[in-house]
Amino acid sequence: MEKGKIIELYRKMLEIRLFEEKVFELYGQNIVPGTIHLYIGEEAIAAGVCSNLRKDDYIVSTHRGHGHCIAKGARLDMTMAEILGKKTGYCRGKGGSMHIADFSVGMLGATAVVGAGIPIATGAGLSIKLRGTDQVVACFFGDGAANQGTFHEGINLAAVWKLPVVFICENNLYAMGTCQSQVMLIKDIAERATAYGIPGVSVNGNDAIAVYETAEKAIKHARHGNGPSLIECKTYRHKGHSRFDPATYRPKEEVEEWLKKDPIQNLKRQLLEKGYLLNAGMAQIEREVNDIIEKAAQFAIDSPYPPPEEALENVYA
Amino acid sequence: MSMHNGDGKMRVITYRDAIREALLEEMKRDNTVFLLGEDIGRCWEGAFKVTKGLAEEFGDERVRDTPISESAIIGTAVGAAITGMKPIAEIMFGDLTTLAMDQIANQAAKIHYMFGAQAKVPLVIRTPFGGGVNIAAHHSQSLEAWFMHIPGLLVAVPSTAYDAKGLLKTAIQGSNPIIFCEHKLLYPTEGPVPEEDYTIPLGIADIKNEGEDLTIVATMFMVHKALNAARMLKKEGLGIEVVDPRTLVPLDKKTIIDSVKKTGRLVIAAEDCKTAGVTAEIAAMVAEEAIDYLDAPIRRVAEPDTPIPFSPPLEKYVIPDERRIIKTIREII
Ligand SMILES: Cc1ncc(C[n+]2csc(CCOP(=O)(O)OP(=O)(O)O)c2C)c(N)n1
Ligand SMILES: [Mg+2]
Repeated sequence: MEKGKIIELYRKMLEIRLFEEKVFELYGQNIVPGTIHLYIGEEAIAAGVCSNLRKDDYIVSTHRGHGHCIAKGARLDMTMAEILGKKTGYCRGKGGSMHIADFSVGMLGATAVVGAGIPIATGAGLSIKLRGTDQVVACFFGDGAANQGTFHEGINLAAVWKLPVVFICENNLYAMGTCQSQVMLIKDIAERATAYGIPGVSVNGNDAIAVYETAEKAIKHARHGNGPSLIECKTYRHKGHSRFDPATYRPKEEVEEWLKKDPIQNLKRQLLEKGYLLNAGMAQIEREVNDIIEKAAQFAIDSPYPPPEEALENVYA
Repeated sequence: MSMHNGDGKMRVITYRDAIREALLEEMKRDNTVFLLGEDIGRCWEGAFKVTKGLAEEFGDERVRDTPISESAIIGTAVGAAITGMKPIAEIMFGDLTTLAMDQIANQAAKIHYMFGAQAKVPLVIRTPFGGGVNIAAHHSQSLEAWFMHIPGLLVAVPSTAYDAKGLLKTAIQGSNPIIFCEHKLLYPTEGPVPEEDYTIPLGIADIKNEGEDLTIVATMFMVHKALNAARMLKKEGLGIEVVDPRTLVPLDKKTIIDSVKKTGRLVIAAEDCKTAGVTAEIAAMVAEEAIDYLDAPIRRVAEPDTPIPFSPPLEKYVIPDERRIIKTIREII
């Protein structure tokens, strides 16, 4: 991977991290309604995958979707405004944190129904094939989603129809309080690819370059008409599942171990070691990212709520 | 509050604890009763903490955490139910019953009938419905009416701690699949519940407030809004009778009709969408069976036909409140 790309990757990840920290901060100030599922700790996956995608490629996202949006190129201000329920948000306040979409950059939406996005990604892949373009779909979902029927049905169909979809399982070892070993006898979810006759690979999801390179291959494979792949990214969420979750079901040592494997610190170290960036350069990126996030937050805070009657609009197209 | 046996001591507990007590008591009473659902075990104890402590009490075999597989949760429960067990399945959010709809509507509901009464399906499906906490379109719906539309299913809609416990015990002891609808906002609400064992039969409505001037039939969280509205209107000298059906299938037509005969005016309030909803069925029933007793047209308070929006002012706009109830009452009084 070339230097400029790695630096861009780093910047994207930092954007996601600082954005999520901002969401968390605003949440503490009681201005984020409902619940939130933060992506902190998993940034390398969205950034690593989406850095390989073109603007006209698609992604399908989940309840933990802020990072996917940002990585695919959605605007931070409109994303934040949606999370705050404002009229200027991507979905005019109708969707919120769990349901952000930005169709203008191929972000086909986050679904809060676990596993529901998988066949939708397959359908977008079918549409690409029928329309005869060379677009690709990246479909994000969690380890928990891999136990839904939609996982089997959606991936199998993409496989037999040879559709240009890359299925990205973000295995953060837990689905709410349920750890993977309670609900699966296998360790590597990528093994399931064998059952569908497609390539499957497990990768360190906290290593942005590894994710990038693995996704690069799978995306090329799909773009060239060779069908879907399953990539399992091993990762960990730094925070609880959602809003109030103190995540006490995770052993302390395990949490500490994973915090040491922070994907952003990881990449930062590599950049410094390789001499791609000096401390000053790092600091400048941080300042720039901080700045756009402050602006995005301010935009969201200053934006009005939608007028109540708008609730009745857009039920039908 | 007439149905408990005897007049033993009462204490005040939450709706959440009332449900937990029913689960606990029935699991103790009958060792074929077991629980299954996502994150109901010791790590999380239910998304709304209803199953708190139950895994410790009964072990992981009887309080089973499942993968995120709603269709398999209900299908598995059906299989266990037709072979001698009494499963109680929790679906974490009512919206997600849609993922298990084949197992609920085509399997659980039809097995007894379709197989000529050879098998029973003693299955309880507990699930929370309702909006009001800004979690948007996939976690806020009220789908009670969907289940009313499927012969073979029972539908309970308790609004108080007392009703929840008594109805759930009856449901667990019964022989039919039942959708036991809970409401997210009701979990922390408190009410008197007897210390002694009691059950409430299905199909018996409860008059939550007596009045002479108008009947409101309300369900779940709307019962409380209707009671608030009744309190406010009492100051103006209006007597509003609040009838809580407590179960939608079976529906206690008699209590509703008797109330309408007394007051001559009917408002129906439920949180689901208006079209083909809970209010529609009750309105049709009264129109068919008691129209001659009505002195004014029937009015309904329900959600407009939209998904539930996220943003607080939008959500507040679609979920009916006391103001809407009072405004509707004034239209016919
Ligand atoms: C079909 C469905 N079942 C249950 C839920 C409740 N729920 C929301 S997130 C979640 C856990 C998802 O775990 P995973 O897929 O591993 O994603 P993660 O949260 O770890 O990113 C559950 C059970 C839901 N939203 N949808
Ligand atoms: Mg997970």
